[in-house]
Amino acid sequence: MSNYSRERFDVLVVGGGPAGIAAAVRSAESGARVGVADENVAPGGQIWRGGPSEGPHSFEASSWLVRLKKAGVIELWGKRVFHHPEAGILLAEGLDDVWELSYRNLVLATGARERFLPFPGWTLPNLMGAGGLQALVKSGLPIQGKRIVVAGTGPLLLAVASYLHKQGAEILLICEQASVSKLARFAVMLIRHPEKIFQGLQLSKDIAGIPLATSSWPVAAHGKRTLEAVTISRAGKSETVQCDYLACGFHLVPNTELPVLLGCRTRCGYVQVDELQQTSVPGIFCAGEPTGIGGMDLAIIEGQIAGLAATGKASEARMLFPKRERFRRFARLLDETFCLRSELRSLPSADTLICRCEDVSYSRLREHTSWRAAKLHTRCGMGPCQGRICGPATQFIFKWNPDSVRPPVFPARVEHLAAQPQSISEVTGEVQ
Amino acid sequence: MSSEFTVRVNGATVSVPAGATVAVAMVIAGQPCRSSVIGEPRGPLCGMGICFECRAVVNGIPHSRTCQLLCEPDMEVQTDE
Repeated sequence: MSNYSRERFDVLVVGGGPAGIAAAVRSAESGARVGVADENVAPGGQIWRGGPSEGPHSFEASSWLVRLKKAGVIELWGKRVFHHPEAGILLAEGLDDVWELSYRNLVLATGARERFLPFPGWTLPNLMGAGGLQALVKSGLPIQGKRIVVAGTGPLLLAVASYLHKQGAEILLICEQASVSKLARFAVMLIRHPEKIFQGLQLSKDIAGIPLATSSWPVAAHGKRTLEAVTISRAGKSETVQCDYLACGFHLVPNTELPVLLGCRTRCGYVQVDELQQTSVPGIFCAGEPTGIGGMDLAIIEGQIAGLAATGKASEARMLFPKRERFRRFARLLDETFCLRSELRSLPSADTLICRCEDVSYSRLREHTSWRAAKLHTRCGMGPCQGRICGPATQFIFKWNPDSVRPPVFPARVEHLAAQPQSISEVTGEVQ
Repeated sequence: MSSEFTVRVNGATVSVPAGATVAVAMVIAGQPCRSSVIGEPRGPLCGMGICFECRAVVNGIPHSRTCQLLCEPDMEVQTDE
């Protein structure tokens, strides 16, 4: 039987990336009892991910991690929040432990995931997300001499290509679906964001010599049991490239499942917050990507505002508003530059699987007119990922709206669900 | 690397760096993590515990999300059929 523990916090932070760490630090430095929980085994989230092949953290990451220790934040790594049994309580599970975490105020910093778009062959092993492949390499996957195509859209592609190149991989090509005119406008607008320019220049130095194709995207992946080649569309023509890995992601989508389960209102897919990062539910704050995809600098500012506001330091939080506004303008620029072109809607062929958990093909889905109808008739989105991968894809391809979220927000072990103090008769989610 | 050790993936011995996740061991071994509903081989996709494509049988426990699980010496890993 798993261990059952209880912890009580003034402020509980869910998510240990930049936004969550910044929130936890500012709350704890205000004297509150603060806990931070994240499913990853180490702090940092995706962007500050540690691992065996990683050198020391960047200066910025290390200084926040030092402050986290100094401030006395209770760190719960490897604990995934899966349920909200009653107001003011969340349940989290580790490998063989369950945690009942109660809080007065809550900061949700649940981050974002990559958007995946289906095309023929996209389910082959060794075709991964761009951030996905980077995460694996940071977790010890040797990549020296491997031939890699990086494809999709968003600033992450360049960052990943640069990282993999430094690790000794041979980057054959970067395919960016945005047009060259959009990217040029993006580059010009960067002048208003000096700190981003520096990052941009560093990146372009790192990826010098790697071919970058604009208005270019993958149309098919090939291979028997694993990826062997990819066909890309480039300047209206298709060409096939032999490769060992395809790192493919179409920018980011926010992780809003937990905020939605807690009743936080969303608008256009993002969690709605007031100027102090408070959601529509009093006492619940949200920071970072779930409120709008804006990158790490915005996440750190929003996290600090949320952490200060959650401990009643509104006037200190207000001092960060001008900085936040500047980074929000950058977020809007990201949206405009990397919005998806409509051609990508027609990438799947009739037998391309859209839902990878339940193996539901494009031809079975296109008969339906809504996400709900598709779920009921085909089991699309009903597998263990609970629609986290196919949901954003069908939203783009068919313009379907996502459904309500039901507990548990992640598949949880039955004994962990049973361990909770309250009845679980309302639980209808998928349990493996 | 001095801090390498071995795990077994579908019966084959694989050397991994200390701190590597089980998903990494499976990719190094060239073995799929799971077999899909219609029998397709699948490997890691998101690398961050969201897509569930990398679940495998680890030390006899099925459906383990291997990208969130660190390798331990002599671990037994099998494709989730």
